[in-house]
Amino acid sequence: MTADSARSDQGSAPPPPTATGKGPGRAANGHRAWFLVLPALIPILLLSVGPLLYGIALAFTDAQAGRTDPTQWIGLLNFQDLLRDTLFWESFRIGLVWAVAVSVPQFLLALGLALLLNQNLRFRWLSRALAIVPWAMPEVVVGIMWRLVYHPDAGLLNETLGTHRDWLGSLSTALPAVVVVGIWARLPQVTVTLLAGLSNVPRELHEAAAMDGAGAWRRFRTVTWPAIRPIALAISALSFIWNVNSFALVYVLTGGGPGGRTRLPMLFAYEEAFRYGQFGYAAAMGCVLVAVVSILLAVHLVARLKGDDDT
Amino acid sequence: MSTRLTARRRRMGTRTARRRAARTGQYLALLGYLVFLAFPLLWLVSTAFKPPRELASLHPGWIPDHPTLDNFRQAFDEQPLLRSAGNSLIASLAAAAITVVIATPMAYVMARHHRSPLSRAATGWIVVSQAFPFVLVIIPLFLVLKEVRLIDSLSGLIMVYVVWSLPFALWMLAGYARAVPRELEEAAAVDGASRARTLISVTMPLLAPGIVATALFAFITAWNEFFFALVLLKSPQKQTMPVILTHFIGAEGVADLGPLAAASLLATLPSLVLFALIQRRITSGTLAGAVKH
Repeated sequence: MTADSARSDQGSAPPPPTATGKGPGRAANGHRAWFLVLPALIPILLLSVGPLLYGIALAFTDAQAGRTDPTQWIGLLNFQDLLRDTLFWESFRIGLVWAVAVSVPQFLLALGLALLLNQNLRFRWLSRALAIVPWAMPEVVVGIMWRLVYHPDAGLLNETLGTHRDWLGSLSTALPAVVVVGIWARLPQVTVTLLAGLSNVPRELHEAAAMDGAGAWRRFRTVTWPAIRPIALAISALSFIWNVNSFALVYVLTGGGPGGRTRLPMLFAYEEAFRYGQFGYAAAMGCVLVAVVSILLAVHLVARLKGDDDT
Repeated sequence: MSTRLTARRRRMGTRTARRRAARTGQYLALLGYLVFLAFPLLWLVSTAFKPPRELASLHPGWIPDHPTLDNFRQAFDEQPLLRSAGNSLIASLAAAAITVVIATPMAYVMARHHRSPLSRAATGWIVVSQAFPFVLVIIPLFLVLKEVRLIDSLSGLIMVYVVWSLPFALWMLAGYARAVPRELEEAAAVDGASRARTLISVTMPLLAPGIVATALFAFITAWNEFFFALVLLKSPQKQTMPVILTHFIGAEGVADLGPLAAASLLATLPSLVLFALIQRRITSGTLAGAVKH
């Protein structure tokens, strides 16, 4: 709410005469604005919005790879099949478990780290510098790196623990092992975002609260959290979505194995589409994912607006 | 008097003790964080320089006893690394250049007319695009690109990369454009400069650092990208570096660890260097900025 009102304040500043002033100049400017927008708008419509709509349409067809007879409209048949596809629901369940198991600890860790890195500690520069490395790495390399760590023979983890486990290959440890990598991979994005949010926290307010004898937890709840709340909600929603849509990391780490234990929905849909050529069916999976993510996002946004009304 | 003083001193004593304990806790937490972050990285580096005999030994140490560059040589022998790096470079450079060229004007309009329906729609689209499951976009894109024979071609991939990095580029650039003071543009207009002239000689120079940062970010995004490249590029001589890296891991998951680590390090270097250059701009100017405004 505060962000929005700040925005409209900015917008209601007296417009420069040449840019948005009333009269003929404004109309001409409007035309120019369209001209400036077209180079980006056309590719967006052609390669993003278009394919998205086409993708939704595909979900209602029997489109397949290498098909000779024409693709047919089959209504809800794909979705009916999906309902009965236990493998899909299993992967859907794994996807949700994965997204929650990664996002929640990731957020809490990142929040702790951001508070820590906001303090005047030694080695803070080193931590900040290191913190962004995972962000810069290709996901494929992150996956490869952790394969080396989890390696049954030459792995760092077994070497440290003195064990000989196949962490990624056994049914019980595969998903937790992959979750740890998921947390590691995006920790910097969340941490750095929250750290930027902390720069919003009014220092005087913090000091005043400390003078009044408020403890650390109280200061956090009454001063810090309200200030970083919008950013915290935005980044937690984003990271959840990123995790639901994860592909490369798990593809490299386990390929979805063992026994489908780490087969996230994206891996499932990828295989369905590009290994078995079931384009229509895979598109239906995509639709279900979009629907679920949208619902979760809507709930999140409603919670956000509600919270803003309270304050 | 004296008792009150000692009581006070004692109270202060417990407070400093508590503060010291808190400090220790903080440093321990920081240490744990550094270990969690750094150990996998160090292990990757260490593996890349280990000779095969040490990799096969039961207790591979942290520091290779006989560090070697053989893994790097072998990596180049096993897979077309150089060509894939070239492909990645072409795709990333082209994607970054095209992205900023088409995004800058629109971002400027979004920043200056941010209450127009167009800007609102664009902002909405940017948010929504973050939630796209890639499958839903890649299947139709695959079919369309196949129809126009752009499958297995870098041009097709570049087109996809441009559209893929556009939302974030617009987001970043609009933030930078908002930071360019209107007053300067107005002053130029008052001095009689035409609108185009004002844009070119006043706005653009001020926007330049933001454009460079955005271009570098788009470059890194494309350089690191895997999913689209995996789906769209089939022949090994066309594939980009992340896809080639997965070829080191065989079908059964067996891999030559040394060359795998070496090639992975090489693939990371460019984005790491660029990221270090623009780190501060990215961390301060992106999401937080967007939420703040």
